[in-house]
Amino acid sequence: MALLETDVLTAFYGDFQALFGISFAIDAGETVAIIGANGAGKSTFLKSLAGLLPRPAASVRLDGRDIGALPAYDIVKLGVALVPEGRRLFRSLSVEENLLVGAYGRHGDGPWDLNAVYQLFPVLRERRATPSTALSGGQQQMVAIGRSLMSNPRILLCDELSLGLAPIVIRDIYAALADIKARGTSVVLVEQDLAHAMAVADRAYCFQEGRVSLTGRPKDLTRDAIHAAYFGL
Amino acid sequence: MLGWVDTLLQGVLLGGLYSLYATGLSVIFGIMRLVNLAHGDLIVLAAFVMLALTAVGVPLWLAVVIVVPLMFAAGYALQSALLNRTLGRNILPPLLITFGLSIIVQNGLLESFSADTRRLDVGPVQSASLPLGGGIAIGLMPLICLGAAIAVIVLLNSVFYRTALGRAFRATSDDVEIAQLMGINNKTIYALTMGIALAVCAVAGYFLGARAGFDPSVGPARLLYAFEAVIIGGLGSLWGTLAGGIVVGVAQTVGAHINPEWQILSGHVAFLIVLVIRPRGLFPRAVD
Amino acid sequence: MAVDQTNLTPLGLRLRAALHRGASLIRAGADRAAKASAAVNRAGFGKIHHRPARFTVTTATRESTLTALLAGLAVAVLIALPSFAGRGLLQELFYVFTMLALAQLWNLLAGCAGLISVGQQAFVGIGAYALFAFTLMAGLEPVLAIILSGLVAGLVAIPAALIVFRLRGAYFAIGTWVVAEVCRLILAQVKQLGGGTGTSLPPDIVDSVIGLHFVRDLFHVRGPAARDMLSYWLALALAVGAFLLVYKLLRSRYGLALAAIGDAEDAAESTGVDVFRTKLAIYVLTAVATGMVGALIFLQKARISPDAAFSLIDWTANVIFSVVIGGIGTMEGPIIGVAVFYLLQDYLAALGSWYLIILGGLAIVLMLFAPEGVWGVIAHRFNISLFPVRRRLIVATAAADEPKT
Repeated sequence: MALLETDVLTAFYGDFQALFGISFAIDAGETVAIIGANGAGKSTFLKSLAGLLPRPAASVRLDGRDIGALPAYDIVKLGVALVPEGRRLFRSLSVEENLLVGAYGRHGDGPWDLNAVYQLFPVLRERRATPSTALSGGQQQMVAIGRSLMSNPRILLCDELSLGLAPIVIRDIYAALADIKARGTSVVLVEQDLAHAMAVADRAYCFQEGRVSLTGRPKDLTRDAIHAAYFGL
Repeated sequence: MLGWVDTLLQGVLLGGLYSLYATGLSVIFGIMRLVNLAHGDLIVLAAFVMLALTAVGVPLWLAVVIVVPLMFAAGYALQSALLNRTLGRNILPPLLITFGLSIIVQNGLLESFSADTRRLDVGPVQSASLPLGGGIAIGLMPLICLGAAIAVIVLLNSVFYRTALGRAFRATSDDVEIAQLMGINNKTIYALTMGIALAVCAVAGYFLGARAGFDPSVGPARLLYAFEAVIIGGLGSLWGTLAGGIVVGVAQTVGAHINPEWQILSGHVAFLIVLVIRPRGLFPRAVD
Repeated sequence: MAVDQTNLTPLGLRLRAALHRGASLIRAGADRAAKASAAVNRAGFGKIHHRPARFTVTTATRESTLTALLAGLAVAVLIALPSFAGRGLLQELFYVFTMLALAQLWNLLAGCAGLISVGQQAFVGIGAYALFAFTLMAGLEPVLAIILSGLVAGLVAIPAALIVFRLRGAYFAIGTWVVAEVCRLILAQVKQLGGGTGTSLPPDIVDSVIGLHFVRDLFHVRGPAARDMLSYWLALALAVGAFLLVYKLLRSRYGLALAAIGDAEDAAESTGVDVFRTKLAIYVLTAVATGMVGALIFLQKARISPDAAFSLIDWTANVIFSVVIGGIGTMEGPIIGVAVFYLLQDYLAALGSWYLIILGGLAIVLMLFAPEGVWGVIAHRFNISLFPVRRRLIVATAAADEPKT
């Protein structure tokens, strides 16, 4: 039984349909990448998983249990944490306060606390009292990841970690990601950066206009297949 | 000269009262982006409930101790049962619901208590005064009121800035969607916020009743003073709200000093002036 | 909001069936009218373009053409009414018409432009005081004074707008209230107009309304009755005028701009809508019209005081309530809402404070369960629009008889 799975998941923004029946699964310890062009529905999918968008009943299951009706603040307590696109740190909170807020919805016991996060991202410890708005893009991304880790998630949903970051910073972020994986956390990774995504993923899904257009293990997917699935050509 | 110093002092003390009116409003708007049009009427309601309790023999201090948590519960219920159902971008539903509530409270009080002006009997401290030398004296009650305003702000700030719950409040105020991702139930936060606001209203009601007369119809004017204090002070800062209250208070006493009929008008004019030259207020913190 | 069909009683079911029949009758009748006008439309299009038009943008619905005819008929009857109606009815209708005018104007401001103001009483009061000033102090003829009073209100609206437009949302609302309070407090200082206690219009001024003698002689009535007739006609003119003004505005380019501003101001700005000027124009325009209504109301009362002229309850709370109960943002809403409100007042006003408590409770219940108002529920359920302002794209294909919305 998969840790988290969806069954023909749909999503709407008002009258506009963004997802047309996504079927998806991730097992414990796996890293799954979701790739696709802008507007394909990748972020929408993560938001649906995290409970920020209304889901039809019986469309999302965690440990076999239907969580479609649960609000976001209950889902994080079950161990599903979303690192949102664009970082979205709390502007009037400092770095440390941002991290501490992440612990509000703690899912039981686990390896992640303030010290563990500072060990993962040492630069944050130096800047613990800085207002979150005064950080660089890469540091903000670290805070965002750390904040979500503070809830000790079983599954970490990462939305566009590399967005707007310099390559050297992206490398650091992905190094940290490896650390997170090593502790047994499952990761769903939405990425525009194909190279990094495919390098770390055990499996990949490609979204195209709200539908899954391709799925498989990265080493099994050819460049041409990915291209076709990406752009729908 | 003496007259002006006295006027300024009275204005500052009056500002303490207005700050108490305004603090609840400031908190609600800061966290929920909501304006409660019944805010002033709820202050008056608290005063009347205290009055009613004293009328059946409850000592006033006990009445206050009872009414403050009672109003907290009422605020929690109001938000949970009514206002949480109208969350969203459209401001009209909450505006109209609180407007309807304002009318209900005003007229309910009118039916229950008649339109007579009442006062809370605080005993001899009512007319006690503190001489400051040079012929100037300030009332003890207004001074205590200012002290209470400051105490409330210190208390609220320590909750907001030193506790996990306070972090949750501030996170909700910053980005309610992401706050939910942190496990924060925004509906509960809103209900607690409204509870806090109404508890502060209860304290304000006590000082309203202690300092001056009140009747069922004085609510809307309190709302306007509170609103002006919040805007002048700048959104997002409780100390700013205190400053805003003092500005309104001083404007009113200065205006009254020139011509007693100009008291309220002066407050409004000061508000409009600040709005024109510093639209974000004197000490803005939050960026909307 | 669909009616829950499983819970209707037999009476409810019959009622529902009757409403359905009524709606389809209206539609059938309107169908004929619409087909005729559509044919005219097509013919017109054929003349202007070299190629036949592939699509048209229209606001007319099947029901709207019929409704327009009926409305015209109703107005004709209303104009003729004073020749056979009693003074009592005329006075009640005066109240209804002035409320209707105010309701439509507030609806334009708040429902269509998104400028939710709880301070329109400022312009009612300014209009009223300007009228008293123009007639008492300048000796002008009252109808001329009404028009000028509207302009005065509009002039005041300009600096007021510049100030309150710095606020948004609910704070804008309270800001308008503060402006109204400032107006009230300032005018209460003007001793020549009665100061805090107010003043009255002497009979010779009240009787100097243009056409009074003509009406008196034509209908063989005495002065006061003739006055009531004239006031009635003026009120009717303002109500119909307000309606036409709002209707034309919403169907014009301005209407599109307003809808865009109401939806997403920044987005509207980026598509070239001059948000500030548009908001200012609407605010000032409604102030002028509101001022004229206020002037007329207090001309009829012949007595003014700051509290009455700037009453929050009379000129804002009641107006907002009427619009909301009828259906905010629609043309039909204020009409229905004023009617409902008037009936409520008639039956319940005797209850005093309890009447207001019930009204407040109704407002709450309305916002929780039917925020779109009576007309909103009907329009949704039966998909009709009597005075439509939404534009619909009609793609003309060979088989299309039914326009697609």
